[in-house]
Amino acid sequence: MLTILFDGVAYGMLLFVLAIGLCVTLGLMNFINLAHGAFAMAGGYLTIVMMNRHGISFYWGLPAAFLFSALLGVILERTLYVHLYTKSHLDQVLFSIGLVFMATAVVDYFMGANQQTINLPPSLEGRVTILGASIGVYRIFTIILCGLLTIGLQFVLSKTRFGSRLRAAVDDGRVARGMGIDVTKIFAITFAFGSGLAGLGGALSTGIISMDPTFPLKYMIYFLIVISVGGATTITGPFFASLLLGVADVAGKYYVPAVGGFIIYTIMVAVLILRPQGLFTKASR
Amino acid sequence: MSMTQPTKPGDGAGARMLAGAGWRWYEVLFWLAAIGLFFIFGDFIPGIPTRLMLLSEIISLGLLALSIDLVLGYAGVVTLGQGAFFGLGSYVAGIMAKAGMGAFPLSDPLIGLAAAAAVSGLAGFITSFLVLRGSDLTRLMVTLGVALILAELANQMRWLTGGADGLQGVIMGPVLGQWDFDLWGRTAYLYSLAVLFICFWISRRIVNSTFGLSLKAIKGNALRARAIGVPVNARLIAIYTIAAAIAGVAGALLAQTTQSASPDMIAFHRSADALLILVFGGAGYLYGGLIGAGLFRVMQDVIGGITLQYWQFWLGLVLVLLVLFVRGGVIGLLEGWRDRMTRKGDAP
Amino acid sequence: MSFVLETQGLCKSFGGIIATDNVSFQLPAGARHALIGPNGAGKTTFVNQLTGVLTPTSGKILFQGEDITGWSVRRRATAGIARTFQINQLFADLTPLESVVLAISERENAASEWFKPLGSRADIVDEACALLDTLGIGDVRESRVGALPYGKQRLLEIALALAAKPKLLLLDEPAAGVPESEREQILDVVARLPDSVALVLIEHDMHLVFRFAKTISVLVNGALFCEGTAEEIARDPRVRQVYLGEEDVGHG
Repeated sequence: MLTILFDGVAYGMLLFVLAIGLCVTLGLMNFINLAHGAFAMAGGYLTIVMMNRHGISFYWGLPAAFLFSALLGVILERTLYVHLYTKSHLDQVLFSIGLVFMATAVVDYFMGANQQTINLPPSLEGRVTILGASIGVYRIFTIILCGLLTIGLQFVLSKTRFGSRLRAAVDDGRVARGMGIDVTKIFAITFAFGSGLAGLGGALSTGIISMDPTFPLKYMIYFLIVISVGGATTITGPFFASLLLGVADVAGKYYVPAVGGFIIYTIMVAVLILRPQGLFTKASR
Repeated sequence: MSMTQPTKPGDGAGARMLAGAGWRWYEVLFWLAAIGLFFIFGDFIPGIPTRLMLLSEIISLGLLALSIDLVLGYAGVVTLGQGAFFGLGSYVAGIMAKAGMGAFPLSDPLIGLAAAAAVSGLAGFITSFLVLRGSDLTRLMVTLGVALILAELANQMRWLTGGADGLQGVIMGPVLGQWDFDLWGRTAYLYSLAVLFICFWISRRIVNSTFGLSLKAIKGNALRARAIGVPVNARLIAIYTIAAAIAGVAGALLAQTTQSASPDMIAFHRSADALLILVFGGAGYLYGGLIGAGLFRVMQDVIGGITLQYWQFWLGLVLVLLVLFVRGGVIGLLEGWRDRMTRKGDAP
Repeated sequence: MSFVLETQGLCKSFGGIIATDNVSFQLPAGARHALIGPNGAGKTTFVNQLTGVLTPTSGKILFQGEDITGWSVRRRATAGIARTFQINQLFADLTPLESVVLAISERENAASEWFKPLGSRADIVDEACALLDTLGIGDVRESRVGALPYGKQRLLEIALALAAKPKLLLLDEPAAGVPESEREQILDVVARLPDSVALVLIEHDMHLVFRFAKTISVLVNGALFCEGTAEEIARDPRVRQVYLGEEDVGHG
């Protein structure tokens, strides 16, 4: 029981790190990037390649994944995404699905279609017993790392100059622009950072869930659930949504495996029905 | 109103509007060509392979894309879940035919179509209330969510749907009690084409009516549409229901002509493919979905024949380029080209 | 005295901000009324409550003696309340003719007709053409709305509102942003509106207000500041102080 809760929390924290970039860019530019998972996949595969082919330590893999995905994010944002902000949501969806297809095909071509995992460093292997529950060390590592990231994010957003500008831009982009805040630049930075976090999340994922080329498509729905349940205007909303989703998914798969993905889809639709405009009033303006 | 001083007649404006709804020569040509394909690929000419099954599949896909065009191209409602109604229709028709074991009435194709349209239409009507409010994004996610739930249901209800293996042992009765489905797919093709034409004709009447005009108005500016008295919600519910019924017919066609139904018919990629087909062909023209479906399947055969990964890559690339550079898909391109030609023709 | 429109103690607040403050207001049939007030006085919020876009926090709205406070936008529109928008709200991809035909069809309950092709009701098309002619945009009736010059779009705004044969027409800054050359045409159209329509003009431009309005209400901070005939308001020193003086446009 406690083990499942713990696993669920670890999974939820991971989802949060994976999805938060998407939430912020959506709230900031009202831009829906379904290809967000591709950045996570990039980070994940980079770690796999570094560790399995070049024998580099997992601990180096994490920051490398962050930087790699962030760099990828900046390049794509400046060259491609920048043309899409003024287009319709449909165009954005089609465009980003196109990117997902391409990313999937490219990874498939270079890495193969099979699932790939890593061998965790010995220090992260094994299990410990806390309060009578057996818990994987890697889960604890994930929770601590993601927790620190969350606290850091919250600090940046609430205490720094950049954070207050970002919040102002999310709140009302037009007014923020009028006050002389360079929203475009903030967006580029945020996009890169969000992509980087996704890449880091992807690298962390390799220790819990395996990587395969369909990762972006498979997790797209999870990201969308996080957004629809948590909203896109704060980071606490997505945070609790991620935890809820993580626990519900792990518990659901453990106790009622037959029902499968049913629970989480139903949660998503139910939330959207009950609070259809509440969650996206900002996005629809 | 006292303002309408000496009423000038509309100078034939009404007649021009009516003429706008008339059939064009290229439309007639399109349908004649569709019949022509039957004779070319129907194993009548030695040396040309039979391709009628593929063509029937294209018709089914095209009809699905057409149904998306009604809600997206005309009413402006973004959906990622039209595959749900398609899959529902295919299971309804498949399960009925299986239960009927080839006998009338359950295995009768037309009764199967009608049932599929009714069930999918009902599902569309019920879920239409979910897409009334909210932004594009909420709509995308709700439609996607509904589709995922239905796909999961189809997967889980093994006793009814055969689960992941799909529905086995579907036996269809003859069309109109006369024509059996044959190995070459001749009956299948003509039957599909006839159904496609009827659905197309109905859709064409719809978009060319005042009702259709009000849909375009809602797409253009829902706020203003309400202000001039358009019952926006009622219209959206109506068109969403109609489109769901047509999607159900499309699914039923595929189930009947391939004599099977599988979770593949209801999966996410079906909705995504159909959306892509529509955008590729050109949304808002009715023909966009049909042309897109043809090109899509032919491309899939050619490129996918080399390797599957390549196919997905090129598909993605086409999507990206389409969004960045091309408005209105293939038909949009043709239209732009025609406009340039006429402008050249006008110049001395 | 029968009123076309009446509000009783109308209030609207957003969070803590009071946008409409206890407005009780009467409009007789055939009125030529102007609603003025400095920026942010709550004019558009007030209009949005009249048309049903916003629901008042408290208070009542009566239209021809009937309580319409809970009615939807569409129901009010069909009952005879029409409006133009401060910022054009048009159907960019339709033609002016199509737009007006649609509006008339909705009025005639003919728009749910899905099987007959557009234009099969000759009477509707003729009425639409005639209406567009009276507003002086008959020449562009078959062009794309989005491609029309701004002044013509403003006229189409009015045409769409008139197509419903309204009993009450709310004109929200009809000439805003229109270049000088096209302005006179719009003012002319407003001047020629039939007496059967009660008119409420929401305006900033004092020239326009004093040219058309017989009576005026001044809205300040969401509350009715004062009401009276155009002459009274023009002479009222308090109005000059809070509004005309501030904006320096009071030489009308």
